[in-house]
Amino acid sequence: MTIALETRNLEKSFGGLRVTRDLSLRVARGARHALIGPNGAGKTTVINQLTGVLKPNSGRILLEGSDITDLAVHRRVLRGLSRTFQINQLYPELTPLETIGLAVSERMGHGGDWWRRMGTRDDVNAEVAGILSRFHLLDVMTELTSTLPYGKQRLLEIAVAIAARPRVLLLDEPAAGVPESERHDILAAVAALPRDVTVLLIEHDMDLVFSFADRISVLVNGGLLTEGAPDEVARDPQVKAVYLGEAAHA
Amino acid sequence: MTALSDVSTHAKAGARWRVSEVAFWVLTLACAFLFPSRYLIMTDIVRLALFALSLDLILGYAGVVSLGHAAFFGVGAYSAGLLALHGIINEPVIALVVAGLVAAVLGFLTSFLVIRGVDLTRLMVTLGIALLLEALAERFSNITGGTDGLQGIEMQPILGLFAFDMFGKTGLFYSLIVLFILFLLARRVVHSPFGLSLRAIRNNPLRAAAIGMPVNRRLIAIYTLAAFYAGIAGALFTQTTALASLDVFAFERSADLMLVLVIGGTGYLYGGLIGAVVFKMLQELFQSITPQYWLFWIGLVLVVIVLVGRERIHRWVLFVPNLVIRQFAGRKAVVAVPERDAP
Repeated sequence: MTIALETRNLEKSFGGLRVTRDLSLRVARGARHALIGPNGAGKTTVINQLTGVLKPNSGRILLEGSDITDLAVHRRVLRGLSRTFQINQLYPELTPLETIGLAVSERMGHGGDWWRRMGTRDDVNAEVAGILSRFHLLDVMTELTSTLPYGKQRLLEIAVAIAARPRVLLLDEPAAGVPESERHDILAAVAALPRDVTVLLIEHDMDLVFSFADRISVLVNGGLLTEGAPDEVARDPQVKAVYLGEAAHA
Repeated sequence: MTALSDVSTHAKAGARWRVSEVAFWVLTLACAFLFPSRYLIMTDIVRLALFALSLDLILGYAGVVSLGHAAFFGVGAYSAGLLALHGIINEPVIALVVAGLVAAVLGFLTSFLVIRGVDLTRLMVTLGIALLLEALAERFSNITGGTDGLQGIEMQPILGLFAFDMFGKTGLFYSLIVLFILFLLARRVVHSPFGLSLRAIRNNPLRAAAIGMPVNRRLIAIYTLAAFYAGIAGALFTQTTALASLDVFAFERSADLMLVLVIGGTGYLYGGLIGAVVFKMLQELFQSITPQYWLFWIGLVLVVIVLVGRERIHRWVLFVPNLVIRQFAGRKAVVAVPERDAP
């Protein structure tokens, strides 16, 4: 089994509060891996350390075997690690066209071009058109992001992460806050992710987790409680006790 | 229309020249020919416009605030003055570029201090740098001339052909050409992927980094470019007035610049230009009415602009021209407005 993303004895504290405890996580290449846990378990803190937003106190992070613990956020993205945020992190004054255009330009190494006008590279335009069409954003591509319905903004959040063409994608509650009527597009977009992209999903919605993931890690108080296939995790009495409770899927 | 051609058309749309922009520059050129008795004030406006354009690049696009932009203006002014005074570079255009580059080097070196921290830190750091330079210029009076400034600067003809005249005609056209060239460059930059990335950073630096953007490097680049522009504005000041004294570093100069952008708006390049015209005209008007208390009226205008909102004022101003032009030509008013204001 080839490992796409790995943490080794990751530790993070805020003052006296240990939010990540000796966490060793291995995500296989091409996996649909979910990281679940009750509120306050430290899931988003883990994602923030994986992506470089937070620096761990100790421990290492490896992406496809190479140590990325000390790399800046943008360098990890260029190495193939991309993410979505639990709360949308978009550009309110830019349009979806500009947002995706920038992400694609950046990935292709043209983001710093200062002499060339936007929209004059056919390869960038073709890819932008493909992504906008795949995420049903063509009809709103020239609207300001701040004026889009929440569901469209959520799709854009995923689209912009995909535009970086990641090898490992971290999805932080992709369907959070999306009205029922707009959930289908989000779930379809998540389901349609290419198989060669490794996905680490953080999600509260157990239906989504169990329908999507082929492996689940359960995080409690910043440490790994258990890990296994979805049916194993669903049967685990410890998991039922601390997390799933009465809502156990099994 | 296919998705690709749709994307391509819309992606290029932002950089297209609008009628209102062409009208703006034609009107500017017309003013230069129509008011021969006002060369000096118009040159003053053009210099201020270029200086404001420089601040707009960092404030309006990258969201970097500065209260010490006069540091680069001052370095440009003194560089041009010293180059001319000591006969190091006699040709004004080359001296102008060199002065701009000196300011750019200073901008690059200080950018590392400025990109750290957020708004308040940046205000203080930029203000501090300008104060430091002003104090240094005073301390090294053997070079800078101290409070008396540089004495006896004599400017050689531009490109060896166009001598500066006492009415300021050469100075005005020279400044206008420099402004126009640098405006074209700025326009190209802000409509490039680099320029768009600056707007992305201003909107959300976290997301910008999360798509692989080297945020700090981009900020350093634009800060250095803005310093170059400010340096050129300073050098123009020295070349067109044959003066360079300590007040080129003055806090008031940086503060005035903020006022110009409050009046004209940021993030669409014309804000500094329109703001400079309005600011200087208001200054002239209020000084003629009440020479001692003109600042009171400028202050009042600013309070009104901030309270009423520039966008609302724009809409009021544009109401009649919009109505007329829509009637006759079926399109928008021929007045430059911020993109987000455009109907």
